[in-house]
Amino acid sequence: MLMLTCPNCGVTGEESEFAPGGEAHLKRHGPGSSDEEFHAYLFAKENPRGVHFERWRHANGCGKWFHAARCTATLEVFGTYSAQTTEPPKDIKDKISAKRPGWSWREVE
Amino acid sequence: MKRYSAFAVAREAFRYHMGWERAWASPEPKKKYDAIIIGAGGHGLATAYYLGKNHGITNVAILEKGWLGGGNTGRNTTIIRSNYLQDPSAAMYEKSRSLYETLSQDLNYNIMFSPRGVMMLAQTQHEVRGYTRTAHANALQGVDTEFISPERVKELCPIMNIEGPRYPVLGALWQPRAGTARHDAVAWGLARACSAMGMDVIQKCEVTGIRQEGGKVSGVTTNRGDIACDKLGIVVAGHSGQLAEMAGFRLPIESVALQALVSEPIKPCMDVVVMANTVHGYMSQSDKGEMVIGGGADGFNNYTQRGSFHHIEETVRALCETFPVINRLKMLRQWGGIVDMTGDRSPILSKTPLGNCFINCGWGTGGFKATPGSGWGFAELMAKGQSPLCDEFSLDRFKEGRFIDESVAAGVAH
Ligand SMILES: Cc1cc2nc3c(=O)[nH]c(=O)nc-3n(C[C@H](O)[C@H](O)[C@H](O)COP(=O)(O)OP(=O)(O)OC[C@H]3O[C@@H](n4cnc5c(N)ncnc54)[C@H](O)[C@@H]3O)c2cc1C
Ligand SMILES: [Zn+2]
Repeated sequence: MLMLTCPNCGVTGEESEFAPGGEAHLKRHGPGSSDEEFHAYLFAKENPRGVHFERWRHANGCGKWFHAARCTATLEVFGTYSAQTTEPPKDIKDKISAKRPGWSWREVE
Repeated sequence: MKRYSAFAVAREAFRYHMGWERAWASPEPKKKYDAIIIGAGGHGLATAYYLGKNHGITNVAILEKGWLGGGNTGRNTTIIRSNYLQDPSAAMYEKSRSLYETLSQDLNYNIMFSPRGVMMLAQTQHEVRGYTRTAHANALQGVDTEFISPERVKELCPIMNIEGPRYPVLGALWQPRAGTARHDAVAWGLARACSAMGMDVIQKCEVTGIRQEGGKVSGVTTNRGDIACDKLGIVVAGHSGQLAEMAGFRLPIESVALQALVSEPIKPCMDVVVMANTVHGYMSQSDKGEMVIGGGADGFNNYTQRGSFHHIEETVRALCETFPVINRLKMLRQWGGIVDMTGDRSPILSKTPLGNCFINCGWGTGGFKATPGSGWGFAELMAKGQSPLCDEFSLDRFKEGRFIDESVAAGVAH
């Protein structure tokens, strides 16, 4: 069972308390962007087998959004953090680097 | 390849069954092939089969990292139907369903196709309208379906409680020619036919890199060495994102777990397939007597072939209300597969940004029914560079906004 800790209210719960919200840290493109950029924003998913950054909502709790860093191959959660950021905080990145040698932030853009 | 027949069974009976040969060979990879297919699931094998049968291309290798049909092909709940809403889907799925009708004879291998009929229950007014619309669309497409009354539903499936307090059955979309088939047999029969045409089905051969020269594919790197090829077909379902990354592009796909379970075997009590999309569950009875049950896909990216327990719980809870007789049954087995979900819930059969590299993926929760049709179309695409069956399913439909929206028609996994 997947356990997550909501960084907004501090509650740790099992996954049925949370609603998954897809890939995080997307660069939003809108009017004025090229077709390529807009397509990439909407559809081109990273979908990695490994470290994944994603949005979650504490749906049956405080109701707020947050981010999680998780491994899709083992279901290990590296940590959760505020949704008000464009990239993961340093402590989360360091933790992932320690556990997944060779990993680096956004090597595939 | 020796043919299977009643005569062969009799002949072997007289010599202690010592004369049966291996169904397919286990060759070492050659240095180069005309075409390589990555993934020996149903779709990869069907592609190879029709490359040989329809286009005379037999210098083909099918590379499989695990064992034959060990992916979603061997994990699905085997529902075969073609009552989709959009024209391109109806063309593809109906082609496939009709190929299933004669596949046992074509392959000389019993795939146990059982056209027992599939009904999709309407349990809200919204669904009544939706399925009536689908029935009309199917009539125009030449797909034989019908919207039936609750009384007819009860007649076809007496164990169903059509007066459920929360979701009474208001009717159903009924496709009498739909049904099920034995999933392993589909993979095995196709592999045997491919092997008989001289193709190499190579198991325990994982592709780890895709080599290219001047914008075109030149071969693959595997755990059993480099293998060159003129054309490459990527047919790896849940792992499509990984292979696309090796080839240098991204896909509009997310990989998630989809689960299913079977009950302990009981006497025959249900001879149709029932899908209940509103409550996210569906059920049929296998030839062994187990109730085969599936539900919706899990919500987050996952490559572990294990899903979350609460999804199974929700599915079973809903089905217990619709089928009170299953209340006391014990669960025998539960498992998961990694399905490749696209945004419009339709597959991708397409050229890719890399020359001579083609991709067949995005079948998500419902590709078993499409196995022969997908192979038929994709083989044509690989052989000729174009296929009427695949045209609409190209990768650039997402960029161009040409979605083939089946997410409403197929609210549940199947
Ligand atoms: C629980 C469940 C229930 C389902 N129920 C139904 C249903 O009732 N009806 C229906 O129509 N569909 C159903 N489906 C969907 C259906 O199973 C799939 O759409 C279909 O089987 C996909 O076939 P495939 O050949 O594309 O993929 P797979 O059978 O998954 O084959 C892909 C193969 O590629 C191999 N591979 C991956 N990476 C590599 C690599 N790097 N190198 C070499 N090989 C590689 C894998 O090992 C695998 O064997 C269900 C799926 C699941 C999981
Ligand atoms: Zn919270």
